[in-house]
Amino acid sequence: MCLGIPGEVIEFLPDQSDLARVDVSGVKRVINIGLLADDPPEPGEWVLIHVGFALSKIDEAEAAAALQFLEGIGQAYADELEALQASQIE
Amino acid sequence: MTDRGTWVDQALREHEEHARQAGRPAGAGTDREQQVLDRIDRARKRRPRVREERITMSHGSGGKATRTLVEAVFLDAFRNALLEPLEDAAQLHLNGSRVALTTDSYVVSPLFFPGGDIGDLAVNGTVNDLAVSGATPLYLSAGFILEEGFPVADLTRITGSMKAAAEVAGVQVVTGDTKVVQKGKADGCYINTAGIGVVEHDVSLGVANAQPGDAVIVSGPIGEHGVTIMLARGELDIEADITSDTAPLNGLIAELLSAAPGVRALRDATRGGVATILNEVATAAGAGVLVSEDAIPVSPVVRGASELLGIDPMYVACEGRLVAVVAGDQAEAALAALHASPLGAGAAVIGQITDDHPGIVLLRTAFGGTRIVDLLVGDPLPRIC
Amino acid sequence: MRFVDEFRDADKAHALAAKIAELCEPGRQYKLMEVCGGHTHTIYKHGLEDYLPESVTLVHGPGCPVCVIPMGRVDDAMHLAAQPDTIMTSFGDMMRVPGSQGSFFDAKAAGTDIRMVYSPLDSLKIARRNPDKRVVFMAIGMETTTPSTAMTVLRAAAEGLDNFSIFCNHVTIIPAIKAILDSPDLRLDGFIGPGHVSTVIGCRPYEFIARDYGKPVVVAGFEPLDILQSIYMLMVQLAEGRSEVENQYTRVVPWDGNLAALKAINQVMELRPYFEWRGLGFISHSAMRVRPEYARFDAEMLFDVPGVRVADPKACQCGEVLKGVLKPWECKVFGTACTPETPIGTCMVSPEGACAAYYNFGRMNRRRVDVSIS
Repeated sequence: MCLGIPGEVIEFLPDQSDLARVDVSGVKRVINIGLLADDPPEPGEWVLIHVGFALSKIDEAEAAAALQFLEGIGQAYADELEALQASQIE
Repeated sequence: MTDRGTWVDQALREHEEHARQAGRPAGAGTDREQQVLDRIDRARKRRPRVREERITMSHGSGGKATRTLVEAVFLDAFRNALLEPLEDAAQLHLNGSRVALTTDSYVVSPLFFPGGDIGDLAVNGTVNDLAVSGATPLYLSAGFILEEGFPVADLTRITGSMKAAAEVAGVQVVTGDTKVVQKGKADGCYINTAGIGVVEHDVSLGVANAQPGDAVIVSGPIGEHGVTIMLARGELDIEADITSDTAPLNGLIAELLSAAPGVRALRDATRGGVATILNEVATAAGAGVLVSEDAIPVSPVVRGASELLGIDPMYVACEGRLVAVVAGDQAEAALAALHASPLGAGAAVIGQITDDHPGIVLLRTAFGGTRIVDLLVGDPLPRIC
Repeated sequence: MRFVDEFRDADKAHALAAKIAELCEPGRQYKLMEVCGGHTHTIYKHGLEDYLPESVTLVHGPGCPVCVIPMGRVDDAMHLAAQPDTIMTSFGDMMRVPGSQGSFFDAKAAGTDIRMVYSPLDSLKIARRNPDKRVVFMAIGMETTTPSTAMTVLRAAAEGLDNFSIFCNHVTIIPAIKAILDSPDLRLDGFIGPGHVSTVIGCRPYEFIARDYGKPVVVAGFEPLDILQSIYMLMVQLAEGRSEVENQYTRVVPWDGNLAALKAINQVMELRPYFEWRGLGFISHSAMRVRPEYARFDAEMLFDVPGVRVADPKACQCGEVLKGVLKPWECKVFGTACTPETPIGTCMVSPEGACAAYYNFGRMNRRRVDVSIS
């Protein structure tokens, strides 16, 4: 029920301002973007899709920041593992 | 509706009985959890019974309900040694020859879809059931149930497809039947095909043969037929570039069996998808199956459509993919044989048979955790083949 | 798949899990509740618990809107579906939920016109195509889904459709969380907050949890790394003795929520004075109904709905599972009388229900992933 997945906006439908075509991994579907009327997405932007509606825009900067945090943690972990390996050799 | 009252009471009595025998009341810790899981395992092994009064779409999904129906109604009625293995084809001995016999009905909706039509399925599906039994498919029967008002042009299109598919597969349609029912029944056209073939190879294939150490191989990307049909129904307003994978696998299988005589079992992944076959292997062989999510080939489009709809590609039907259980030391040879053919280009080893967790299929997720892959309950995609 | 695959990376999972383990105080047990059914599903689907140390337990809460629908309401829906010249439309998850006379699925097998849809807009399409039938949409879901239903009603109004209505069973998450917090039999250390509900309501509504009950809340995304990171963030708060609301799902959840969505809900619906939640009893101001101005789209106004309250079967312990008091396998009928094929209660029938998730995915010996460095 909470099923929401990210999709990229491809284009708006010409005669219907609240409909847009999105692409999810090569699968295209028309969804309703009426809930984003205050700040409609542009083609190329990503949105979160739930039961045929776009609920929110996906903020690429925030996504990048989240990934960076994870990379950081991942790197620290990898570094520590390496350190442990190195110390075990002696 | 169902006698829910009585079997709920029975379960409660069992629980009390069990708690008494264990000698202690509900305690904490994994020991008790294990007891519960053991109790569940016993419950699952009980004699199948169909609890519903009426047939539902679940009974046609290829999952749990189908299996229960087959075991509780059909196997119960017709029981004999030839039927009991419940493999894709029956293995018969006729005057010194080993002959395989199979039948399948095709009720796909829509009748025509990207990559083929009901005629292609009707030929390829039955050819494949024979081929995975180790037989060389030879002859098919074709029974048609046509709806009053069905365009003859569509029928001709379908028989044209069947003719072409039969030629590619090297089989002949040698007998058939036609019935017409009133408008409103049969949804255009239903087809049943039965097929016979001769088992020439010195192999005895069967899911019960799987042993710990065997490799599990899939011949290509999964879920393509199911997703194609779903999108072709046009109810979902989804467009994607995808076609059904319907294809005859007998040529591919012949190559495989020559290159790797250590093939224990072959199945074609239709309704219920790869997950259903893995469960059949686990149950019949009494062994565990461990597969790796990373290793299972899925095309981006199938992944995208599945995510969009909240379904798991492992349960989505294919019509031109096989699952092979092969002795571990012959996995490389098997894979090479598959890769040599266009139909097997995407083949991959997806997992292995283990002696851990017998009867259960486990998936190591891409994420590194583990979870069960059980038989499907219900039917996300009805009338898929 | 973008924005999905990057958040399913096993290496990063190891790293996060190691950090979580480091933050565990020796001898202390941690119980974190995830409220949202989607989280329950992800946790089991990806085998996430394998990454957590023994001392951290995840408790599954009542955030599955299918799971909390009482049997009486299902009976009401079945009654609507059985009306002449009526087409009932519903999300897939509702199809197998048992009322006292069976489920939609059973009714469909017996000939009732019940159709599965993926969006309320599909239901509208069916209404347009069948002007001689009355089409009812079984509206369920928490705040994630409520705006979509509201927008659909607005669309129906704009098009002047006279054969479309909704049977409104939308519920709101905050009163349920409060009921959990006020529940005497539960001790929790923190909450993994619902991700998609929060895209609509924002993060502010959870502030009372941190402020008045002293429990940290982290609003989490749905990919496995999102959940692990959220658990990590909760453990940091607990280690530092803080209790605040934090947002892990910043790429999707705006702190203030979605104003347009809230407006749409408010225009079409209003809060019911009270509503029964399966297993939790009656909770005030916890569910929506259609406003009088839109009564022509309200199935409860257009049809006569029995409205009979049906008690859960005696054997059913869904309530305790929903509150997180019982683990699925601790329920007396789990796995024997109550299975996904033969569900007694909603926790087993909804794919996001804790029991279904455990039965389908987690029913085996835990295989802990070794994340130790030292």
